[in-house]
Amino acid sequence: MRTQGSGVDSRKLREVALSADEYGVIVEALERPPNDVELGMLGVLWSEHCSYKTSKLLLRRLPSTGSAVIQGPGENAGAVDIGEGWAAVFKIESHNHPSAIEPYQGAATGVGGILRDVIAMGARPIALLDSLRFGPLPGSRHHFDGVVAGIGGYGNCIGVPTVGGEVYFEDCYTQNPIVNAMCIGLVRADQLMRARAEGTGNRLLLVGADTGRDGIHGASFASVELDENSSERRPAVQVGNPFLEKCLLEACMDLSRTDAVVAIQDLGAAGLTSSVAECAARVPGAGARIDVAKVPRRERGMTPYQVMLSESQERMLIVVRRGREREVERIFETWDLTSAVIGEVTDDGHVTVVEGDDEVARLPVQLLTDGVPLRRLSGVPPRPGPALDLDSLPPPADLGASLLRLLASPNLCSRRPIFRRYDHMVGDSTVVPPGGDAAMLRVKSTRIGLAATTACNARYCHLDANLGVQLAVAEAARNIIATGAEPLAVTDCLNLANPDRAEVYGQLEETIAGLGQACRTLELPIVSGNVSLYNESAGTDGIYPTPVIGMIGRIEDYAHRLQAGFKNEGDFVLVIGSSHNDLGGSEYLKVEHGLVAGRPPALDLVRERAVGTLVLTAARAGHLRSAHDCSDGGLLVALAECCLLGGMGMRGPALTLEPPLRLDAAFFGESPSRFIVSAPSRAMPELQSLARRHHVEISLLGMAGGDVLELEGQVKASMMDMRQAWEGGLEH
Amino acid sequence: MKFGVVVFPGTWSDRDCGWVVDQVLGAELRYLWHKEADLRDCDCIILPGGFAYGDYLRTGAIARFAPVMEKVSEFAARGGLVWGICNGFQILCEAGLLPGALIRNSSLEFRCEWTNLVVERADLPFTSACEEREVLRIPISHGEGSYFADPATLSRLEQNGQVVFRYADVEGRVRPNANPNGSVHNIAGIVNSRGNVLGMMPHPERCAEQELGGTDGLKLFRSVMHHATKALAG
Repeated sequence: MRTQGSGVDSRKLREVALSADEYGVIVEALERPPNDVELGMLGVLWSEHCSYKTSKLLLRRLPSTGSAVIQGPGENAGAVDIGEGWAAVFKIESHNHPSAIEPYQGAATGVGGILRDVIAMGARPIALLDSLRFGPLPGSRHHFDGVVAGIGGYGNCIGVPTVGGEVYFEDCYTQNPIVNAMCIGLVRADQLMRARAEGTGNRLLLVGADTGRDGIHGASFASVELDENSSERRPAVQVGNPFLEKCLLEACMDLSRTDAVVAIQDLGAAGLTSSVAECAARVPGAGARIDVAKVPRRERGMTPYQVMLSESQERMLIVVRRGREREVERIFETWDLTSAVIGEVTDDGHVTVVEGDDEVARLPVQLLTDGVPLRRLSGVPPRPGPALDLDSLPPPADLGASLLRLLASPNLCSRRPIFRRYDHMVGDSTVVPPGGDAAMLRVKSTRIGLAATTACNARYCHLDANLGVQLAVAEAARNIIATGAEPLAVTDCLNLANPDRAEVYGQLEETIAGLGQACRTLELPIVSGNVSLYNESAGTDGIYPTPVIGMIGRIEDYAHRLQAGFKNEGDFVLVIGSSHNDLGGSEYLKVEHGLVAGRPPALDLVRERAVGTLVLTAARAGHLRSAHDCSDGGLLVALAECCLLGGMGMRGPALTLEPPLRLDAAFFGESPSRFIVSAPSRAMPELQSLARRHHVEISLLGMAGGDVLELEGQVKASMMDMRQAWEGGLEH
Repeated sequence: MKFGVVVFPGTWSDRDCGWVVDQVLGAELRYLWHKEADLRDCDCIILPGGFAYGDYLRTGAIARFAPVMEKVSEFAARGGLVWGICNGFQILCEAGLLPGALIRNSSLEFRCEWTNLVVERADLPFTSACEEREVLRIPISHGEGSYFADPATLSRLEQNGQVVFRYADVEGRVRPNANPNGSVHNIAGIVNSRGNVLGMMPHPERCAEQELGGTDGLKLFRSVMHHATKALAG
C-alpha cells in the first residue's frame, strides 16, 4: 500500500517511525525522495528520543543560565564553575525501555552511556547516581535485582563510585521500570571540551569498540532491508563492556596532553548518524563526509544502513586536526584500542556518506538535527487525584507500631542492601557516603566538596504534576543543604507515559511549568537533561509523571560537611520549619490506610529558601552537628533515620500539637521545608536568633542519646526494633 | 623510598594507591605500565585493585602473563616487597606467588563495606607499625574475594603463621558473622613463607585519611616506608 501523495510505502515509514507528514517535509526539503539509507538516518534522528519533537517547545521555557554556568543544555553534558579553576560536568539520562526488556544490560549500558557523555566533555567521571522505580516486591524482583546488578557490574568494573540515587516501588512501574543514571565529572574549566566539528578538513576518528549490528534502532526497526534471517538473533538491547570503556576513558583523559584534538563526541542513541550530525550542527555551515567502508566492523557483510544506525556501545568520535592523526591514534594504541579515520569535516553543511567511491547518502545537517516538525499537541489539565477526607481517617492507634511499619516500607527502608553492592569508595573522594541525604565527593587538592543527589516523589506528581515537581526540586535542594553544601545546578530526567494522550501531554506541560517555576525561584539553572516518553504498556495507565531531579551543590571546605545521623549524646535535637496537616500522598496514608489520595503538601518556595538559608548559615557558623531533610515518612521517620544513622536514640517530652495540627500529621505528615538538626546546647541562643532573623520556626524536640526513640507518652521505639524493621525492608 | 604502582588495563586503584603514596605518605611514586618489563628501581611494588584485562576468564588469570609480571616475580624471588591489594591479591595467586585462590563471595554479590581485621603478624615489613592482635578497620570492595585453599595448603599456612589478617568483629574475635565473603578461616590477607609478598582483599589505600572514614590503612603504608628506609640506611 502506498501513502497517498507521498509515493512511499507506508510500511517502510512505520519501520523508521516517521509519519506521512514528516515524510512530506523531507521530500520538500530535499526536492527528491530520500533513499533508504537517508530515510533510516532521518528516522532515528527525528525519533522522539533524539529530536525531542514533542517536548522541545516546552523545554525552551526552562531556566538554564546563571553566573556559575559554563555550559548549558545542547552539549553532551552541562558544566558549572565550582571554583579554583574546576568545572563540574554532569547529566542524567534514562535507560527505561532497554531495562524493562533486559534489566542487567539495560541498566549497565545506561551507566556506560552517561559516563561517555561526561568523558566527551573532557572530564574525568568521579561519581554515579541512579534513580530507580519498580513495581512492588516481590513481583518485580527480576527487574530490581537485574538493574542493581547491572549498575554494579558496570560501575564497579570501570572504577567510578556509585554514591547515591533513590528507589521507589509503586504499581505503576510494574511493566515500565524507570532507570535513570546520572554522572558527575571534573575537568579544569579551561580544558572543557565541546563536541563541535570545527575546521574544514579536520579528521573524524572513530575509536573504541568495533561496530556491529547490535541495537539498530531497537525493536521498531524490523529488518526488511536488512538481513531478514539474522534479525532474530540480533539482541534488541546492546551489551556493555565496562573494561573496554575503562580503557576508552583513560585514553580520552590522555588526550588532554595534546592539542591535536578539536572535539570529542559520544556515540549513543542513533550511533554514528547522530554523533556526526550533532557535531556538525553545532558549527554553522559545517558538514561531514564519512566513508562507511573505513568503519572497523565486528561482523561481515554489514550494509551502510547498518553501519550508520548501529548502536554498538563504547565508541567515541574524535575530531582531530588534519595531519595530527597519528599522534592521537598512538594514544589509543597505548590502551590497545582500535581507531580509524573515517572521514573529515567539510564546509558544505551536509552529511555525506560514501562507501568507497559510491555516495550512499547526502543530507543537509540542519534537516537532520533541526528539520523535524515540532509537535504542538494540546494537553488537558491532569485530573486531580482522588480527594482525601482527613476526618474519615481514624487516629493512629499506636504511633510506635506505625513507625515500625513505615520503617519497613520498601520506599523508606535502609538502602544499604543496594549500595553495598556498588563500589561507592573508589577514587578516595567519597567524604559523605551513600545512605543519608546527599553524598559528597571532595575535589582532591582543594578543600571543595561537591554534594550530589537525586529526588522525586512521583506519587506527589501523580496527584498534582505541577506541585509534585516543585516538591522534587525542593527536596533535592534540602538533600544538598543537609550536607552543608549550597545547591548549585540541576539536571533533570522527565519520565512520562504516552504524550499522545492529552492527559499525559497535560502532565508534561504542568511538569515543565512547575519545574521552571521552582528552579527560577530557587535560582537553580538546569544545565542538562533528558526526556523519556512512552513509558506505558498496553492495558495500563502508564507510569506516574516521574520528573527526576538531579542536583549538585558545593561547600567551600568539606571539613564543615554535615551528615544525617546524630553525632553526640546530649546534643539538642531540633526541627526547623513547621508541620501542617500534610497527609496527602504520604507514605503513611499508603502504608497505614492503603490510600493514594489527596493533594500533595503545599509548598511555599520563598519559605523553602528561607529555611535552607537558615540551615546553611548555621552550618557555616559551626552551630550544627547533624542535619537531615524531613520529607518522605514525616517527622517521626526522619527522627528514626537520624537515630539509626547515628547509632543512638533520642528522648524528649511529648510533642505539643497546636490546633488544627492532627496527631497523625504531626508525626507522619510530609510538610516540606523542614530539617531535623542536632546541635550542642550552647548553640541554642544563636540558632534561635538566626531563626527569628529568617522568620523560620525552630522547635526543640529533645536530646540525642540512649537506645530508644521516645517522645514521652506518645511514642517509644527501641533502636533494636527500629533497626530490624528498617534493615529488612527490601527482603521481600 | 620508592613505591611502584603497577597499571594494567582495567586497574582502578592505581590512582588511589598513588594518591596515598604521593600525597599522604609523601614517598616517591612511580607508575609501572604493564607492557614494560622494568620496575624502575622501586623498593616496593603494589599490584592495585581493579579488573585487570577485564578479569575475563578468571580474576587475574590474564594479568599474570603481562611483561611486568615476570619482573615482579624475579623481584619477589630476590626478597623485594610485593603487595597485592584486591585484584592484586588475585593476580598474585594466579601467578603462583601466593598459594590458594579467590573465589566468588558466598553471598554471590559484590560487597563494598567496612570490615574489621585482626592483625596476626605484626613482625612483617607490611605490618610493623601495627600491634599483634590489633583490630584494623579497612573496607572491602569485591565480588570474588572469598579466599580458598585446599586443606593441606591451609594447614601449612596456619602452621607457618602466614595468615596476616582475618575478618573479625570490633573486639577482634574471629566469628563467622564477621566474615563478609565466606573466606576459609576468615582469611583476609596472607603472606608468602619468606614474608616479602603480601596479598590482601581489603583496601588500605581507601582509609589513609580521616575524611574518608579512618586512617588504619595508612599504618600499612607507614610500615613499608619504615622498613624500606631502614633497609636503605642499613
